Amino acid sequence: MTDIETELRVRRIENGTVIDHITAGKALNVLKILGLPDSSHGVVSVLINSHGEYGKKDVVKIENRELKVKEVDRIALIAPNATINIIRNFNVTSKNKVHIPSFVEDVVECINPNCISNSDEPITSKFKVDTENACLKLRCFYCGRVISENIAEQLL
Amino acid sequence: MKFKEQHIISMREFSREMIDHILDAAEKMEPIAHGKQKSDLLAGKVLAVLFFEPSTRTRMSFETAMLRLGGDVLNLGSVDASSIAKGETLADTIRVVDGYVDAIVLRHPKEGAAQLASEFAKVPILNAGDGAGHHPTQTLLDLYTIRRESHLDGLKIALAGDLKYGRTVHSLCYALSLYGAQITLISPKELRMPDEIISDIIARGAKIIETDSIEDAINDVDVLYMTRIQKERFPDPAEYQKVANKLKITIETLKDVKPELKIMHPLPRVNEIDTKIDDTPHACYFKQAFYGVPVRMALLGLVLGAIE
Repeated sequence: MTDIETELRVRRIENGTVIDHITAGKALNVLKILGLPDSSHGVVSVLINSHGEYGKKDVVKIENRELKVKEVDRIALIAPNATINIIRNFNVTSKNKVHIPSFVEDVVECINPNCISNSDEPITSKFKVDTENACLKLRCFYCGRVISENIAEQLL
Repeated sequence: MKFKEQHIISMREFSREMIDHILDAAEKMEPIAHGKQKSDLLAGKVLAVLFFEPSTRTRMSFETAMLRLGGDVLNLGSVDASSIAKGETLADTIRVVDGYVDAIVLRHPKEGAAQLASEFAKVPILNAGDGAGHHPTQTLLDLYTIRRESHLDGLKIALAGDLKYGRTVHSLCYALSLYGAQITLISPKELRMPDEIISDIIARGAKIIETDSIEDAINDVDVLYMTRIQKERFPDPAEYQKVANKLKITIETLKDVKPELKIMHPLPRVNEIDTKIDDTPHACYFKQAFYGVPVRMALLGLVLGAIE
């Protein structure tokens, strides 16, 4: 691949965040969690099914925005192996793996249609996060219903 | 043990020590519940009874408990004639009623409603059933009945009926697992106890046996806990009849049981217990309904700080 082809496919950013090693196919869910592209003043680039050292992965680059810890924690729910690279003046100033939070609020909606969190009450959805046996489970704080599959489909 | 100003939302919050403490307190309340002894333990206190769906027994038993202890009861009345019919949220209803009373009993069709209420109330919330979620005072009165009429330690109990959807039996199993009970689950395969609950209660110390026949299990147990199989769960009425009749007990069913066997049922029953059993020493379901009163008296006394 020539330099110009590389530049066209994966443009370096001067300042912002690169989310690397996103589970292949989950990049659009990451954008949804971050409210992108609406909430960014810079360019958002997305690579889907990029070839990485350990197989296919997705990558998201966000110019002029450094992610907050709370946002990073949310990403962990659907991309537990992602790394967050903060870029300043074209250099990586920090590189961290996401970590799975023990509690999430206002990120996913409960799958139980009869749960009080799915009604017009002035509350936000809340879930306890359980990572026992390497399997991610979200237990609704209100009704106790567990979401263990297709978490991305329940994103708010 | 601190119960004062605590919410009572789910049996998952209770340790064995906490349950035993409540059951001990309930035992002391029994003479008052029977009306043999007067009490003004909760004089000057007001309990709000907010039932967003009907449950006559639970409501009356809470009201009786409060009145027997000298307190007063404020009843929401019919939901159709209240502000809820105008579209008020549960959160707002709770915030308003919270200013009128010292404790709130809540029955609501939505799961998690009691948890929500506890976030908006300063006074204790007692969950009297939230959808298919939790009904902790039912479980506590079931445990009290077992302790009074049989024994909790070394208990062999069979649970029969709709074990898939029955929240009563789910909560009871969680609580019984704290006592290391041997639990036989009797149901048609369509209404089996969910696997995740079975694995949870085994992990907590219970021993589980599964069968679809009452006759196979009944002779070896100390307590038989019957539940109603709900007709509306079956798309084909003929399928319901087949199953309902299979889990019906008669005098004949009881011919080889232990003399001390106790039969419980959260009520209402339909046809799963022959009325001829009512007059035998095995029948325990009407006593069980009464035991809701001392148990709820104990809980009210504890959360309102009148007893420790």
